[in-house]
Amino acid sequence: MADERVVVDPITRIEGHLRIEAEVKDKTIQKAYSSGTAVRGIELIVRDRDPRDLWAYTQRICGVCTSVHALASVRAVEDALGIRIPHNAHLIRAIMDATVIIHDHVVHFYHLHSMDWVDVLAAADADPNEAARIAQSYSRWPKSTAGYFKDVQDKIKKLVESGQLGIFATGYWGHPAYKLPPEVNLIMVAHYLEALDWQKEIVRIHTIFGGRNPHPNYVVGGVPWPIDPNMDNALNTSRLTEVDRQIDMALEFVDQVYLPDVLTLAKYYRDWTFGGGLKNYLAYGDFSPTSIYDVDSYRFPRGAVLDFNLNEVHDVDPRDLAQVQEFVDHSWYTYDGKPGGIGKHPWEGETTIAYEGPKTFETLNVEGKYSWVKSPRWMEKPMEVGPLARLIVGYAKKNDRIREAVDRSLREIGVDITWMHSAIGRTLGRAIDASLIAHFAREDMDQLFANIRSGNLATFDNSQWDPKTWPKEAKGVGWAEVPRGALGHWVIVKDGKVERFQAVVPTTWNASPRDHNNNIGAYEASLIGAPLEDPVRPVEILRIVHSFDPCMACAVHLTDLADQRQYEVFLDM
Amino acid sequence: MATAVKRKTIYEEQREQGVTRREFLKVATAITMALGLKLKMVPTVVHAMETRPRLPVIWMDFQSCSGPTESFIRSYQPNMQKVLFDMIALEYNGALMAGSGTAAEEHILKIMNEYPGEYILAAEGSLPLLPGALTIAGRPAEETFREVAAKAKAVVAMGSCATWGGIPAAKPNPTLAKAVTDFVPPGVPFIRIPGCPPIGEVMTNTLAHIVIFGTLPEVDELARPKAYYRHRLHDKCQRRPFFDAGLYAETFNDEGARQGYCLYKLGCRGPTTYNACAELRWNGGLSWPIQSGHPCIGCAAPNFWDEAPFYARVVQLPGTQTTINPERVGAVMTGAVAAGIAVHAAATVITKGRITKKKTDVKAQEDIEIGQ
Repeated sequence: MADERVVVDPITRIEGHLRIEAEVKDKTIQKAYSSGTAVRGIELIVRDRDPRDLWAYTQRICGVCTSVHALASVRAVEDALGIRIPHNAHLIRAIMDATVIIHDHVVHFYHLHSMDWVDVLAAADADPNEAARIAQSYSRWPKSTAGYFKDVQDKIKKLVESGQLGIFATGYWGHPAYKLPPEVNLIMVAHYLEALDWQKEIVRIHTIFGGRNPHPNYVVGGVPWPIDPNMDNALNTSRLTEVDRQIDMALEFVDQVYLPDVLTLAKYYRDWTFGGGLKNYLAYGDFSPTSIYDVDSYRFPRGAVLDFNLNEVHDVDPRDLAQVQEFVDHSWYTYDGKPGGIGKHPWEGETTIAYEGPKTFETLNVEGKYSWVKSPRWMEKPMEVGPLARLIVGYAKKNDRIREAVDRSLREIGVDITWMHSAIGRTLGRAIDASLIAHFAREDMDQLFANIRSGNLATFDNSQWDPKTWPKEAKGVGWAEVPRGALGHWVIVKDGKVERFQAVVPTTWNASPRDHNNNIGAYEASLIGAPLEDPVRPVEILRIVHSFDPCMACAVHLTDLADQRQYEVFLDM
Repeated sequence: MATAVKRKTIYEEQREQGVTRREFLKVATAITMALGLKLKMVPTVVHAMETRPRLPVIWMDFQSCSGPTESFIRSYQPNMQKVLFDMIALEYNGALMAGSGTAAEEHILKIMNEYPGEYILAAEGSLPLLPGALTIAGRPAEETFREVAAKAKAVVAMGSCATWGGIPAAKPNPTLAKAVTDFVPPGVPFIRIPGCPPIGEVMTNTLAHIVIFGTLPEVDELARPKAYYRHRLHDKCQRRPFFDAGLYAETFNDEGARQGYCLYKLGCRGPTTYNACAELRWNGGLSWPIQSGHPCIGCAAPNFWDEAPFYARVVQLPGTQTTINPERVGAVMTGAVAAGIAVHAAATVITKGRITKKKTDVKAQEDIEIGQ
């Protein structure tokens, strides 16, 4: 039987615009192609701007993982200018990063991903008493009563009867890939609704520290709002106790609802081990209790693991020109006027737009360029980044907390660490990640209180705010571990302005097309060998691709700066 | 062709969900208050909820960061369960809808055919004219947008990219991006909800207004709902008394910053930005950027990305003057930064019925200072 080309575009329940094409034979995916179909050009837009403003522009790379690009950018500019922020500012930024990671993971699981595993309409057939019994058997969450589940079930039934299904209208309900009993479907739907209410709470941490969410404010040199327990309009006790309350609520929700739900789901789908992919994992590491420059203290360690070899962790250096490089052989860009063949480190990066596709198309020309996403590689190897990568690197580094958290979950499911190399393992990894990070935030908040108690109120370093204090030219890199993995911003500051900026973003790693050596990217690798029962109801493709939590606005940041003169002339015409 | 099914009213749905008449009236009263209406309007709201089915909404994202969708789901009042299950039928949304690919494409056509002239098209992100810069299902997004907009009851542009072009349209506008409002077919009304992103409650309550009253809200000259964009932040700012008194924070950790003084010298765009942040605040009324110690960057203003640097005090304030007219300051800032984009100043002029611009207020570029 000839291969059939299956196209899924748009991929929904993600951020942005992603297209997947797959070659299918005998209901099995043989090859897959991942294409980002939108471009904006933010790297070009930030050129010549004030470096202190950079965070505001780059934050708009993404409103889902809002704030993480602001964090990477202020770190990059501070690195370039040699600014060391006060400890309190470091802690506040870490709590803000934890906030977006926890929020993002919960919203991803319930609102973007769960419908790949959960048959929403099948919840109508559940026995609410049995649902309550099951829910109480795996979590002490106090809402799990029969009456509660009955209310949710009634809500779903009425929605169906109204004839206006709204967001549930286009689901693949009844697809044979769904394996949960009706009662577990009902529990998951109930928590979909509960998470929808809860997610608007945790972000209030950003509202305190950054004035709002999405897109809270940052400042180069520290954080904007001064701490003073005795002032009415400052980070005073009433503000800090709201943050404190939200962290406790997040711990409860993650440890009593999110993680137990995912563990339950994983038991039912334990044998659906498709979606593994590359087996290469990269983490820059983050979450130091002290400073981003104290790499050894990271609660998520730095490193690279190749071919799932947990006995060896390779050192990673974002400043090494030979390590992180981006290739454009199959992306709609050129390098030095050529279609590809070489990689460029972000400090030497280039992004010259070269769209060569037709205006409309049925299928992509995958022999040529086929995506707006570049191909980042580490030592010329394709890598997976994300929560699973963080855990694998930490596990291989024998980090006690990570090993304990991962092993406990694996024991409960009855599998070993290699099982994590799968779509369901990636999804479980994200929940473990959220739990660890919620505990990090608790510790950082306690430390912040301790600092204030000891009289340390500093939140901002003013010494290099004035551009007159800056070197004529400087380069910096800011890294962070963010919801979807390792994020890096590289900046060159010259004559007080942004001369060059490049972001290499988690989804760029994962969604990348093939590179100069025809190495496929993480999404493409993960789909190979997966079943596809029904090409127009591609639950399996969605399940695997969603396990990475795609963020396409992040992946396609775009265009360059330094070498775009010719293009600008064109624009001016 | 499919025909519209008999749709139940909000009241009927609530009753069927076990809500008593008494509880229903309580909800209606709460919504009336949330909309800023007087109590005597409660019967109108009740009537609307008794007679109208859920409003079909198609929500498309283009060159967007999804910030508007994310902010939308943060709405406190009404909250998302209320919005999604009682108020609107969100039939298409890239972030929330269950189906992808074929299922999504077929469904959008179904809704267009079932509810012509009845559905709202909410759009976030700009639309690029550069070939290939944004395709959805292998088609230029702009074509799809025009088709869906043509049969909409109205287009609601959510966020600064959809309303003004936003960051993709900032210099040098690499993808030739434009506001979606530039592509709305003639005869289809549109509303602009600017902000990067807009406040969640502003988006949900604009839809609530349409659901409950069956009409589009009143808008200003730039098509912004007057309920949320009538005043400048400066006019409602809690730090305003310090501005009038000439008391400023000079940096982010000085005594002025701790005292909550005015952030004008740190570049605050409050005097030229029309938005509801000072009134509604963010995330359930908890705080807003200026309250939390950072100057406003003017994210609801047209072209604000090219009015940077954000920390530059654009106007030299007379040192001892404590009652400076913020309108005059606004005109100066706009003129100094981008003479071609005097939209705010123009809006001010129209509002006040003045017909001449004071060119003498415009300062030269070299007057721009970097905030200390």
